[in-house]
Amino acid sequence: MTGVRRVDVLVVGAGPAGLATAARLAAAGAGRVEIVERETQAGGAPRHSAHGGYGTLLHPLTGPAYARLLVTATRQAGATVRTGVTALDWAGPLALHTLGAEGPGTITARAVVLATGARERPRAARLVPGTRPAGVYTTGELQQAVHLYGQRIGTRAVVVGAEDVSYAAADTVRTAGATVVAMLTDLPGPQTTPARAADSRLRHGTALLTGTTVAELLGHGRLSGVRVRHRDGRTAVLPCDTVVFTGDFVPDHELARRGGLALDAGTRGPAVDGALRTSRPGVFAVGSVLHAVESAATAAREGAHAAGAVLDHLTGIDHLADAGRLSGADRADAVPLLVDPPLRWIAPNRVTPADRLPYVLRTATRLTRPVLRVTQNGRVLHRERLWTAVLPNRTLRLPAGWTHRVDPQDGPVHVSVLP
Amino acid sequence: MTVTAEGPLPTAPYDVAIVGAGVVGCAIARELARRPRLKVALVEAQDDIGQGTSKANTAILHTGFDAVPGSLEARLVREGAALLAAYAAESGIPVEPVGALLVAWDEEQLAALPRLAEKAEHNEYKDARLIGADELYAREPHLGPGALGALHVPGESVICPWTTPLAYATQAVGHGVDLHLDCRVRQVDRQGDTHVIGTGRGTLRARFLVNAAGLHADALDRLLGHDDFTVTPRRGQLIVFDTFARDLVQHILLPVPTALGKGVLVAPTVYGNVLLGPTAEDLDDKRATHSTADGLAGLRAQGGRILPGLLDEEVTAVYAGLRAATGHDDYRITAHPGRAGVTVGGIRSTGLTASLAIADHVVGLLETETGLDPGPVRELRPVRMDRRGTGPEYGILVCHCERVSRGEIRDALAHPIPPRTLDGLRRRTRARAGRCQGFHCGAAVRALLEEART
Repeated sequence: MTGVRRVDVLVVGAGPAGLATAARLAAAGAGRVEIVERETQAGGAPRHSAHGGYGTLLHPLTGPAYARLLVTATRQAGATVRTGVTALDWAGPLALHTLGAEGPGTITARAVVLATGARERPRAARLVPGTRPAGVYTTGELQQAVHLYGQRIGTRAVVVGAEDVSYAAADTVRTAGATVVAMLTDLPGPQTTPARAADSRLRHGTALLTGTTVAELLGHGRLSGVRVRHRDGRTAVLPCDTVVFTGDFVPDHELARRGGLALDAGTRGPAVDGALRTSRPGVFAVGSVLHAVESAATAAREGAHAAGAVLDHLTGIDHLADAGRLSGADRADAVPLLVDPPLRWIAPNRVTPADRLPYVLRTATRLTRPVLRVTQNGRVLHRERLWTAVLPNRTLRLPAGWTHRVDPQDGPVHVSVLP
Repeated sequence: MTVTAEGPLPTAPYDVAIVGAGVVGCAIARELARRPRLKVALVEAQDDIGQGTSKANTAILHTGFDAVPGSLEARLVREGAALLAAYAAESGIPVEPVGALLVAWDEEQLAALPRLAEKAEHNEYKDARLIGADELYAREPHLGPGALGALHVPGESVICPWTTPLAYATQAVGHGVDLHLDCRVRQVDRQGDTHVIGTGRGTLRARFLVNAAGLHADALDRLLGHDDFTVTPRRGQLIVFDTFARDLVQHILLPVPTALGKGVLVAPTVYGNVLLGPTAEDLDDKRATHSTADGLAGLRAQGGRILPGLLDEEVTAVYAGLRAATGHDDYRITAHPGRAGVTVGGIRSTGLTASLAIADHVVGLLETETGLDPGPVRELRPVRMDRRGTGPEYGILVCHCERVSRGEIRDALAHPIPPRTLDGLRRRTRARAGRCQGFHCGAAVRALLEEART
């Protein structure tokens, strides 16, 4: 046993969200700020996202470079980053059991920040029938295999999905020296920028099968093919030795659920308000565990935003330490923020009049120049036309300029799309 | 210790060759290992033990309460259950005594319960009792609406189906049995009093032969000149739900067998998952271990009625296994006195439970019916399957979902019967068996396996 350690803020997960939170808190003088990361390297998913699109317009970076930069910045700010340490379960309202190379331990904190990220749902969770051959990947496993471990994959791969992460997976397949036989999506078209879709089609000659699902995996031992079914009922077998199931992210919410934190039915992550407070005072959540998945920049922005609320919480404790009650920052005046179909989810998903963080949403179907409407008990709080099309699996943002109109006593707030 | 997976086979003749390293073959090998004078070979077509029916079943340690009274299966399951429970405790094989409930969902099923209770009595199982709907819902608060009552069978347990044959094989190999993997039997000839067994890796000689080839026992029997039965593979598809579903179910929820079929069960696993299945489909392809869209949809529909909350939980795995049905409602264990062999056929889903009793029975037949002189008997050194070391390696978790440390993976790779594939490693350690199915750990686990195998 390494015994009980005490810190001021314990952050679980050293991806962009967790690192940004810890860096901001440490720089702001929040005391002992510690991150535990179960992987042996800090940095989160960008570590194996060996492509551009990170950093800023003026300073573009690849994923691994961005991860290194964040880790360095966090350490320089004074936060402790401990890798190879797993947070196993709660040891108290603001305490966690951990396990690392030095053995089991317990860390208690004045505030806990969950930044546990997300993962892609694997083939089994998607109930794809067939045999159980080798050669079946998610993007995350594929990228780690190729970019972190230099492992061989097969020679002919089918990529399931046509969103940004799917195109990244296709690039990784090509980097590994294999061919992308086809990409497929059950939707009517790709869910990425037209430029990216065109590049895949024209420069790489990759066929995109739309309105198509995986009906069955074939092969004993090693994958020998994928049986696909078009919406009109036609089926075909694509011979291949590798298949990558991309997208369909779910939050890694194990700690949130074990802790009995309220979860949001839409995102399946912990329910949070605009200050990223969960249902338990002193516990915050940031990054992909809230909205699987958003960009690293969004996660980092949330981390910085949450740091402010964590500081308020810590200060509140100090002010009210002898009053024996919770700080003002932990007041329970948030009301549920719900989306109506065809919107799928929104995060944050609780709202208080003071919230300022933009919301991220997802739609289930393509929307052309939709009008978003925010209402509470029939009262219209906000109305906004978007001037672009909105696609499934792509970010839709709703600014938070209307939250001061929310009445904490007037029930749930709804976000809907006008027909 | 001799475990081979490639290269030529030993030329010296064995006393006994066991064909098929499933749970039954491994148990027989272990039983024969108690006779130090015998030279024994365990021959397996695949690259690991327990890769057929043994790896894909419902993982239940049965009481045998519902067996056909008076059958060989009834006796061997009853005896085997007690033997395996004791062996599991000694060896650290995971077992959880959760008990079973046969849930009646209509009047016909309710009316069938007293007869099942009587059958249990005939099978010398005394603890089964009928309970009403109130007690049923008190025991299983998440059960779907409409259940009328149940038969409570407190003695039923769940067990690890992978650790059990591995424990047998480890003990057998540790006491001198030779295990030959990737060694498919292609033909068998008889030269004098010796079986000449042609395999994919050359020829093996043995004076006595045990056919424990599971799904292929009928084909091997024909090579041996017997034509007593045909194995019809009966596929069972199963869905494994995430460990977060475990709180939904406290017992093995068995269907009441009726004229309309056996139905599916919902059961906890020793690893905290929840199992839903199996389907029952008679096939003619012994390789048809694939799941189907219809099968999975049917399971979900039935599971949703039994335990509605189950469908909200994530699915961790889907698998399908084949039972060796023979069109005959009992085991087909036959000694062939003139041909120095024993056939162990038709061992269905109860084979895991009965394995130790089957082994005892088969070795008895070898001695009494076929004239094998076993020589003296010794006690075997116990085997421990739950060993976990101390030190930094055991604190660094590689598979986060199932909390498998680098130390445990290294131990499994250094085991006398090491895994040769990621699936073999998964069955030994549970690495990659969790909800992410390798999203986080797959590449790291593969790297450890490949490092050990080069």
